[in-house]
Amino acid sequence: MSTNMAKSNQYDNEDTVKQKTLQYAARLGDDSLILGHRLSEWTSNGPFLEEDIAMGNVALDYVGRARMFYTYAAELAGNGKTEDDFAYLRDERQFQNYLLLELPRGDFAFTIVRQLFVDVYNDYFLTELKNSNDPEIAAIATKSHKETRYHLRRTRDWTLRLGIGTDESKAKMTKALNDIWGYTHELFEPDALEIELIELGVAVDPRLFKEKWLHDVQTIIHEAELEMPDADWAVRGGRNGFHTEHLSMLLTVMQSVHRAHPGASW
Amino acid sequence: MSTEQLELFEVFIRSSRGLDHKHVGSLHAEDHAHAVDYARDCYTRRNEGVSIWVVKSSDICSSQEDDAPEFFDPSDDKPYRHATYYPLPKEVGNM
Repeated sequence: MSTNMAKSNQYDNEDTVKQKTLQYAARLGDDSLILGHRLSEWTSNGPFLEEDIAMGNVALDYVGRARMFYTYAAELAGNGKTEDDFAYLRDERQFQNYLLLELPRGDFAFTIVRQLFVDVYNDYFLTELKNSNDPEIAAIATKSHKETRYHLRRTRDWTLRLGIGTDESKAKMTKALNDIWGYTHELFEPDALEIELIELGVAVDPRLFKEKWLHDVQTIIHEAELEMPDADWAVRGGRNGFHTEHLSMLLTVMQSVHRAHPGASW
Repeated sequence: MSTEQLELFEVFIRSSRGLDHKHVGSLHAEDHAHAVDYARDCYTRRNEGVSIWVVKSSDICSSQEDDAPEFFDPSDDKPYRHATYYPLPKEVGNM
């Protein structure tokens, strides 16, 4: 092999890694935006004013996180696209968020149980992502991890209050645990693209902390005097762009203003 | 859940440049720990503080408005209670 050819291969590889990193950043943006939007649906619907504001803060943390990931993805794309193109001008099949995150907000117990699974996951995930050898992704992780530490504190607190609370709150928490459990599995199943980025030190391998996640979740659930769900079904597909029927409705609402008034700013 | 099942707390925040905690408002919460969290979310979102105190509103004992005349009016005509009432000797200079 001539030196020139070796060089051109190397450039090709750099380009491929860039494309894959772009997709990874966009996925993490999708995860953040879709969950942030679901949480924002509590605004003005919270159980009382203080919680309404607190939940709004969490929603904003996620939307802010999405902006950082999308901005980076747009920068990698280098074709003049912006964060808004990612958020507002893609269709359902192009979103690659986990299904868990797009499920309707449900009742307050449902929202808290989803946050419990997600916050414990993100605590480990972001701890690892801070070590990504992509400096931009590592920086986003560092900023986000502090937010997640606070989210987890809130979620743990609410899980205990609702689990130990009344018969009604306990029943609602139990139902939520069983309704959501089957959606948690795909969080620990990296696809080919992610495995390649894991090997390159860019992405996080969630399989490494699955046991710890399970242990932490179990500890909080038992502390809350609730039972671990034992449903044996699993739903997956988010990372391939196969979604539940709920995502298209969410996107229709979320993207309606931008699509009706392209480029509008305020 | 409604606020009737919750307790009222008064919130005090110390800003990064201040030495004292200042009263900023009140909020509803289930207990003290809960109140500190909500104070963080309701009163420090724009970087207002570096420390939070919460006190149950029911634990605050306050003066009554009806008592104001005998509480506060008598000090109106006692300027000698202010340091500025006394001329300083020249040797002291500016304090």
